[in-house]
Amino acid sequence: MREKEKSIDKASQELLKIAEKEGIDTAWDRYEAMLPQCGFGELGLCCRNCILGPCRIDPFEEGPQKGVCGATAEIIAARNLIRMIAAGAAAHSDHGRDIAHTLLMTAQGKTKGYEVKDEEKLLSLANELGIKTNGKDKKKIAVEVAEKVFSEFGQQHGELQFSRRAPEKRQALWRKLGIMPRGIDREIVEVMHRTHIGVDNDCENLITHGMRTALGDGWGGSMIATELSDVLFGTPKPIRAKVNLGVLKQDEVNLVVHGHEPTLSDVIVAASQDRELIELAKKNGAKGINLAGICCTANEILMRHGIPIAGNFLQQELAIATGAIDLMLVDVQCIMPALSSVAKCFHTKLVSTSPKAKFPGTEHVEFKEEEALPIAKKIVRMAVENFKNRVKEKVNIPKEKMDLVAGFTAESVFKFLGGKYRATYRPLNDGIISGRLRGAAGIVGCNNPKIKHDWGHVEMTKELIKNDVLVVVTGCSAIADAKAGLLKPEAAFQYAGKGLREICETVGLPPVLHLGSCVDNSRILITLCNVLAEGGLGEDISDLPVAGAAPEWMSEKAVSIAFYVVASGVFTVLGSPFPILGSKEVTELLTKKLEGTVGANFAFESDPIKAAHLMIEHINKKREALKLNPVMYEAKEKVLV
Amino acid sequence: MKTILYVDLDKCLACKTCELQCAIEHSQSKDLFKAIEEEPLPQARVKVEAYEDLAVPLQCRHCEDAPCIKICPTKALEKLAPGEPVIIKEDLCIGCKWCLLVCPFGVLNLNREGKVIIKCDLCLERLEKGEEPACVEACPTKALKLLSPEEVAKLKKAEFLVGFKKDGKTIKG
Repeated sequence: MREKEKSIDKASQELLKIAEKEGIDTAWDRYEAMLPQCGFGELGLCCRNCILGPCRIDPFEEGPQKGVCGATAEIIAARNLIRMIAAGAAAHSDHGRDIAHTLLMTAQGKTKGYEVKDEEKLLSLANELGIKTNGKDKKKIAVEVAEKVFSEFGQQHGELQFSRRAPEKRQALWRKLGIMPRGIDREIVEVMHRTHIGVDNDCENLITHGMRTALGDGWGGSMIATELSDVLFGTPKPIRAKVNLGVLKQDEVNLVVHGHEPTLSDVIVAASQDRELIELAKKNGAKGINLAGICCTANEILMRHGIPIAGNFLQQELAIATGAIDLMLVDVQCIMPALSSVAKCFHTKLVSTSPKAKFPGTEHVEFKEEEALPIAKKIVRMAVENFKNRVKEKVNIPKEKMDLVAGFTAESVFKFLGGKYRATYRPLNDGIISGRLRGAAGIVGCNNPKIKHDWGHVEMTKELIKNDVLVVVTGCSAIADAKAGLLKPEAAFQYAGKGLREICETVGLPPVLHLGSCVDNSRILITLCNVLAEGGLGEDISDLPVAGAAPEWMSEKAVSIAFYVVASGVFTVLGSPFPILGSKEVTELLTKKLEGTVGANFAFESDPIKAAHLMIEHINKKREALKLNPVMYEAKEKVLV
Repeated sequence: MKTILYVDLDKCLACKTCELQCAIEHSQSKDLFKAIEEEPLPQARVKVEAYEDLAVPLQCRHCEDAPCIKICPTKALEKLAPGEPVIIKEDLCIGCKWCLLVCPFGVLNLNREGKVIIKCDLCLERLEKGEEPACVEACPTKALKLLSPEEVAKLKKAEFLVGFKKDGKTIKG
C-alpha cells in the first residue's frame, strides 16, 4: 500500500513516508501483515464462549453447521455481536461513572482542580432528576445530583431518568418491545449471562436485549458522561481552533493528550498555563508550552477551551513519528499498544495515567481526582524537562493545519439559529419543512485501515452537504472533516448545496457541526428530541428525515452507538459490516426486519458516496411520509442513485 | 517450479483458514462476503485432517507419475509438463470416480452436485500472477509453504544436521 492509498490526509502521508524510512511499523503495515484476516471471525462464526469448543461454522456448508453444544451460525453470530455491544456500553458507561465520581468528590470538597463550572446546567439537571434546589447550597445539590446519577448504574428495576427525554411515543415503543433499559450495569451483566453456554439461543431475543443494553449506553452512561462533563467543565460554546499535525510547534514544548476522558485533560489545560512551568520551559530553551490532543479527550478540551487537535485515531503513531512530541499522556480507550514501541524510536515520553490502562515499558503516573492539579503539573513538568532531549534531526512537523469551529451542543447550536435572545429550533424545523434543507445526518465513529483514512468521513460528508443535508459530527469523524476544512463556515460556499448554503450564510454556521466526543453522540439524541418537540416533523424520532453513519468504524463502542441510534429510530449505514454476515437470519433481522419493530434498519456500504445516497434516499422517504414540500433546490434532472 | 505444498506439522493449529481461503479463491466473486451468497456455494480443495494430536492440511500432491491421470478414461486430468500441477478439465470429467479410487491420499473429491471431480490446482491463476496459492498466503502460522524440491531438500538437510549435532556427534574434518 502506498501512502496515498492509506490516507487522504497530506500530513499523514508525509509521516507515513518517514515511518517507512525509519522502519517504524504502523497500523497500516500491521493490517497488511494480517491479511487475509480470519474469515470465520469476519463472518462472526467462531465461538469461544466455552471449552466444548472453540467451535466454528463452515460458511460454505461442507464442514460443521453446529457447534459442539448445537449452537448454529445464528446463535453464535448474535451472541458475539451483543457481547460487542456489552463491551462498548461498558466503556462509555464506565467513563460516565468516572465523571459522576469526580462531580461527587468535587462537591464534597475532596478534589483539587475542579469546580462546578455550569451552575445553570446543574440546577436544570437537579430539577429533571427530582432534586429540590430551593435554598440549597450548590455543593449540596451537586452531591445529590451525583448520587442520583450514580444509583442509575446499579439500578435493578424501573427506568433510566434520561430515557424520559425521548418522545412519549418512543418510550411507549421501548416498553412494548421490552427494551426500555432498567439500569445501566444490569443490562451489560445480562448480556454476559444470556451469552453463556446454553442460555439464550434465539438470535432475535439476543439482539433485542442487545438493543436494551445499547439504549442504556446512549440514554444512560454516555448521556451522563456528557451532561456531568458540562456541569464540571462547562457547557461548550462555539469556538475557533486549529487541527492536524501542523499544530505541533518546533520551538515549544509539545504535550499531547490522548484517550477519552476529560477529567485529566481538562486539568492539564490549566497546568500547561501555569506561570512557573512556562518559566521552566523557557529556561529549558523552549518558547512556551504547546498542548494538543488526539481522539476524544482532545475533542473534550477542543470543545471547551479551543485546544488544538493533532489528529484522529490513525494518527496517534504518526504524531510520535514527528519526533516533536516531548510527552504523550494517555488515559483510556483507543490507545494503541503499539505506541510504546514507536515512542522508543524517539525521545518522546509516553505516560499512562489510568489504573485501568497500563502499558508495559511505559512510565505510569497514576491519576487521582484528589490530587488532580498537582499530578497534572507533575506531568507537564516531565514534558518540559524532556524538551532538551528532543533530537533536532529527527523532527519532522508537517505544515498542514486547518481552521475550524467546534463547540456546538444541543443547547448552543440553535441559539445561533434563533438568535442570541431567542433560543429556538424553529428555524431549523422551518428549514426542513420548507425544503431548503433536505434533512440532517450524523456521521460518527473511528478510523480503520480497511477504509482509506479520513476518506470515508470526508467524502460522505461532502456528498451529503452538497445535497442540502445538514451534517453533525463527533469523535474521529469530526477530526477528519475538520482537517478537510469542512468545519469552517466558509465550507458552506465551497461544498454545500444552495439551500444549506443559504441557511449557513444567514446564521453564520458551518455546514458541518462538531458536537463533541464519542460519548457526546448523546447530544445528537437530545437534538433530535428537541427538533421533534419544536413540532411539524412527526411524533417520533423514526418520523424525522434524518440518518446516521459510521463510515470508518472499528470499535465495540461504535457497535453500541450504532445500536442505540437504530433502537432510537434512526436508519444507520456502516462502512464495514458487523461480524454477522455468516448468519442469514441475523443479517436479515438487522438490515430488513428491525424497521418493523424499532422503525429503523442498518445498512452496510463501504463506498461513502453510495452510502450517502442510501441516507439521502431514506431522508427522502421520510420527507414523503411527512408530506413535506419537495426539496427546494433539487435539480429536476438529477436522478438519485 | 515450486510444486511442493510443504506442511510444518508443529505449526499447524487446525484453524481451517486454508480451507476457507481455498473456497473463496475457487468462488465466482473471490470475495468472502459475496462468496457466502453464491449458488452453488464454493468448495475448498484442501481439508484439514486430524489423526490423534496431529492436524495436517491435505490436498493434491501433484504426483509426477500420477495414477489419477493414468486411469482417467476421458483425459480430463492432465499435467502439462514435469513439475507442473495436475489439473482437471471439468467439462471432460464424467464423474466415474476411478481417480478417487486410485489416489493414494484421498484428496480428490466430488463437487457439491456429485457430478465432477474437484481438486487442488495449486491456484494456477495466482501462480501465473506471481502470487502464492491462497492456502499458503493465508496460513496464519506459516505452517504451509510452497517450495521447490530443491528447497525442501535443503530444509531436510538442515534439519538432519541439527539433529546430528544434538546427538552429541560432531563432524570432524
